Amino acid sequence: MNRVSARDTDWDGVRLHVVTGKGGVGKTTVAAALALALAAGGRNVLLVEVEGRQGIAQLFDCPPLPYEERKVAIAPDGGDVYALAVDTEEALIEYLEMFYNLKRAGKAMSRLGVVDFVTTIAPGLRDVILTGKTSEAVRRKRPDGSFVYDAVVMDAPPTGRITKFLNVSEEVSGLAKVGPVRNHADMVMRVVRSPETAVHFVTLLEEMPVQETLDGIQELKDVGLPVGGVIINMEHPPMLDAEALAAAAAGRLDADEIVRGLKAAGLEHDAEQIARVLAAEAADHARRMALQAREKERLAALPHPKYVLPLLPDGVDLAGLYDLADALREQGAA
Amino acid sequence: MSAHRTPPVLDVDALIDDPRTKIIVCCGSGGVGKTTTAAAIGLRAAERGRDVVVLTVDPAKRLAQSMGLTELDNNPRRIEGIAGDGELHAMMLDMKRTFDEIVEAHADPDRAKQILANPFYQSLSSSLSGTQEYMAMEKLGQLHRSGAWDLIVVDTPPSRNALDFLDAPERMGRFLDSRFMKILVAPARTGGRLGVKVFTAGFGMFAGVLNKVIGLQLLRDVQTFVAAFETMFGGFRERAEKTYRLLQTPGTAFLVVAAPETDALREASYFVERLAEERMPLAGIVINRMQTVDPGTPTAARSLAAAEMLEERGEHPLTAALLRLHADRRQLAARQERLREHFTSAHPTVPVAVVPAQSEDVHDLEGLRRVGADLAAKWTSAAKPA
Repeated sequence: MNRVSARDTDWDGVRLHVVTGKGGVGKTTVAAALALALAAGGRNVLLVEVEGRQGIAQLFDCPPLPYEERKVAIAPDGGDVYALAVDTEEALIEYLEMFYNLKRAGKAMSRLGVVDFVTTIAPGLRDVILTGKTSEAVRRKRPDGSFVYDAVVMDAPPTGRITKFLNVSEEVSGLAKVGPVRNHADMVMRVVRSPETAVHFVTLLEEMPVQETLDGIQELKDVGLPVGGVIINMEHPPMLDAEALAAAAAGRLDADEIVRGLKAAGLEHDAEQIARVLAAEAADHARRMALQAREKERLAALPHPKYVLPLLPDGVDLAGLYDLADALREQGAA
Repeated sequence: MSAHRTPPVLDVDALIDDPRTKIIVCCGSGGVGKTTTAAAIGLRAAERGRDVVVLTVDPAKRLAQSMGLTELDNNPRRIEGIAGDGELHAMMLDMKRTFDEIVEAHADPDRAKQILANPFYQSLSSSLSGTQEYMAMEKLGQLHRSGAWDLIVVDTPPSRNALDFLDAPERMGRFLDSRFMKILVAPARTGGRLGVKVFTAGFGMFAGVLNKVIGLQLLRDVQTFVAAFETMFGGFRERAEKTYRLLQTPGTAFLVVAAPETDALREASYFVERLAEERMPLAGIVINRMQTVDPGTPTAARSLAAAEMLEERGEHPLTAALLRLHADRRQLAARQERLREHFTSAHPTVPVAVVPAQSEDVHDLEGLRRVGADLAAKWTSAAKPA
């Protein structure tokens, strides 16, 4: 793999990017945009989905992903994004084959209900399988010794679960003090704890997502896992200048001037009523801007790099995804 | 607008005023405001005279505080400041404690002690994967059986998979009936060691594989746990199945909660279909955070044209900026309305309630009251295409 680009980014040397965030903040979208940004300039990137929601397939507008690494997009200036939806059951059987050469046994265990047990009942084991598959992709090498993927991006579980999810060694430690589960978990932990891993938090500039981000970062730090950047998603752009915002917030917009403007623009009918609605909308917008500023201030205290992605007015489509990838690159996230 | 795109209205007040409504389940994907919806409905029902308990799983701190809950507590707490004759209680599910209580209630003291000390049990009872769903089901069943509540409002756990909540009993049944389970239980009866040669020839290989894959120590813990727990599994499954059937009765109403976004509405469609498959009674869909517009105002196109005209002339910059802001909101409202219409085209009979977007989060009972009033406001589609 020839490195076409030699740009400095905030995450040089990081090969596993874990993307988390509260539900509804656009975690999957940001993970996909980050994968595109990392692939730009001729690199190979794998985007991994672990929650079985098929969100990646929907984003890239392709049929549901099988348990197989598939090319889903070509990055700007060449570079490929592959995607994989990890299925716990198949990953477990693959794990048995890979490490124990137990293909037939895997099928037999599936019939006996052991696979059900491991993937749905047994705590922690499911997470070991999911993170294990991801770690394997991070470490996978070609015969010539180079890495198959320059970077792996994981669309991870939400903030509330991320620490438990990544801290697999701890989670299975009460369960398995020795033995293969333990060894596997330890391998995963070596990857996750290494400087090659960064856990990024996606948030909106709203109270609850920001609070979850602050709490999540603290939790990760407490167990010694590597915190990456904070990605602020869907920032609403200011539509009014500072003076107008202040006046709108205080309910002091000049109603007569608005009415004169409406009439000058040919909106004479009901101009007074329209002016009242416009002023109310401006006040609402001013409150939203104030909320954003307040939440941004709370995030400013964090020592981690921050990136801002704009609200896409038409929702996220494929073109929008490339725009977000550009924004991430311009800000040094990739 | 074509008639098939105008959905029936979800009459929230009729639902909560009907004494036959005993359970309301709010389900939906993460981040759509499920817990807020559950709390707002609980509050409104209480203030309209019902004795309500809201069972919430993992709520955001501020929301918990808005109802006066400060810590995880497995017992319903009375919420102060309710107007009217009804009462509102709220509780947050503590899954570990719920699990422990079941063990203590259904096993003799020695056996309970043995189970509680088992490493596998300890992981299982504090693990989020799966346990939360079983325990939410269990707690819902307990609250219902206690007969202390006139109405139970519950929000479902933020599961990996949408309706893990409903799958819990079946999954447990499948595990209990599996040959793996039988193999685990049997040797414990005959001496507690694996590899006892009372099985088919295949078992030696099986134990060998298991040993390789999960390790002997873990296997022993699981086996000891299963042996100690075995007598309780039946009751466990029975209760889960009872709760499942309870959810299918007309006294239950499912509300699917969504936000006006492609992903959230796609998940909502999935919920609606799954609920129909499971013959669960769906009351309707709640779409939170809808951008609403005043229908008497200029359309997006008209507003943009007017703003451009003013800008070209260099006149009235304030009005021009306000018109652009207005056009933006109209466009957003129109896009959300289209998404809502798509949902209704696919599910024309599902009643809809809409909660307009607020510029700030809900912090207190007053905020929940406002959401409740919006929910009950019998929204009808007023937005016209931009």
